[in-house]
Amino acid sequence: MDNINIVDIRKLHFSYHHGQEIFKGLNFSLNKGDKVGIIGSNGSGKTTLFHIIVGLIKPIKGDVYIFDKKRTNEKDFFEVRQKIGLLFQESDDQLFCPTVEEDIAFGPLNIGKSHEEVKLVVKDVCEKFSLSGLERKVTYRLSGGEKRLVAFATLAAMNPECLLLDEPTSGLDEATTERILRYIKNHVETYIVVSHDFEFLKDAVNKIFFIKDGKMNLKETL
Amino acid sequence: MHLEEFAEGNSFIHKLDPRVKFLTVIPSVFAIAAMKTIAAPIAALIVCLILVILSRLDLKKLIIRLITVNVFIFFLWIFLPFSYPGEAFFQIGNLIATKEGLLHVLSITLKSNAIVLLTIVILGTSEVFSLSHALIHLKLPRKLVLLFFFFYRYITVMHDEYVKMKKAILIRCFKPKSNLHTYKTYAYLIGMLIIRSFERSQRIYNAMLCRGFKNNFPIISHFELKKIDIAFGIAMIIIFFSLIAVFENTFTQVPIWIYQKTLALVGQASRLS
Repeated sequence: MDNINIVDIRKLHFSYHHGQEIFKGLNFSLNKGDKVGIIGSNGSGKTTLFHIIVGLIKPIKGDVYIFDKKRTNEKDFFEVRQKIGLLFQESDDQLFCPTVEEDIAFGPLNIGKSHEEVKLVVKDVCEKFSLSGLERKVTYRLSGGEKRLVAFATLAAMNPECLLLDEPTSGLDEATTERILRYIKNHVETYIVVSHDFEFLKDAVNKIFFIKDGKMNLKETL
Repeated sequence: MHLEEFAEGNSFIHKLDPRVKFLTVIPSVFAIAAMKTIAAPIAALIVCLILVILSRLDLKKLIIRLITVNVFIFFLWIFLPFSYPGEAFFQIGNLIATKEGLLHVLSITLKSNAIVLLTIVILGTSEVFSLSHALIHLKLPRKLVLLFFFFYRYITVMHDEYVKMKKAILIRCFKPKSNLHTYKTYAYLIGMLIIRSFERSQRIYNAMLCRGFKNNFPIISHFELKKIDIAFGIAMIIIFFSLIAVFENTFTQVPIWIYQKTLALVGQASRLS
């Protein structure tokens, strides 16, 4: 792997309104092929970091470089979001279309794929996640595990180069967890996982960082 | 979204009994609304500004609220002076702005700002929960009060729900254009918002039932009427009504009007007999 840089965050400072500072000069870098885990206590800013990477929230101070380009405005992040997929902690927050099929098609349609192409993508992705047969189902009536898989499928439909997974296994049974693990190990080259599930992290990543006192630290042993 | 931003304070106005607040604000608002001249609303506005200073509100946030109100009033400035009958003041093309019209709009502007300020300073400085509590004490129908309370409580929840969905849409590269895809997306957004709020309200209702909810909120701490509450209430009402009495002769006209009417009636009666 010839060290292509995907995410590079320099001296990041961030705090929510009237809150204490979450990041105090955080540095973080992710190269192509990295499989990274992030741990940290509740409220340490793991989700916030993901939202900053895809530009849903803007840092107070510090620079965000994605694919070696400094990203500041909404236009810069439009490109980022095509290549970096974010899995929300709550799948309910991620799915908003009436049916599974439409939810999966939403992203590809936005980046200008034709209807014929999109149909193929939907079919392909549904097969990959064994969701075939659920295409016409109403998303909010699915089970928790199915929702998580559909959320994954909506990301996979964009064919991203990197995935940001916010607690991908919380509340899932072993079989679904296994399915998710198999998918990311075999189909995704680069990803960051935030999780409290240590067993899952051990299997899924080869480097673990922890956020403490607003800074990112490498955990020496897995 | 933070709706109770003015309730976080520690002045004596914040600590007033919410029941007294309602009983003060309602007549005072009527008094201000009934003013007809320019001088009285100016005086009322000054009283309200003094209250703002006393309550030590965040002026920046207050101004933002006032701007929202004044955007609506701005439209009156465009239409009213030209449609109000009276003496011509200036002319644009065929449109004639009247002096009376301008004075009328000015009066409306002053009055609305005074009323909004008064409501924010007095009612806005209490939490919605205490206001609802006060409404129950003032014998308003419980169902209405609960409706008001839940409306306030869940408008923020709906807003959060909306913000989350907006994020979900953004990360999948949505750009609003004028095409079917965009309209469909917005329709889904609204539809989902309705379904989710409904489901959420069902879950919350169930949670409330599990804790023994019987259309009634038990209240732990009750209000205590203090001397300062009564003094404030009486002072405010006297101030606003005396403004009318001093600057407008509405009150002094009432006895004169009664006297004249009686004279006329007596005159009629004597002529008849």
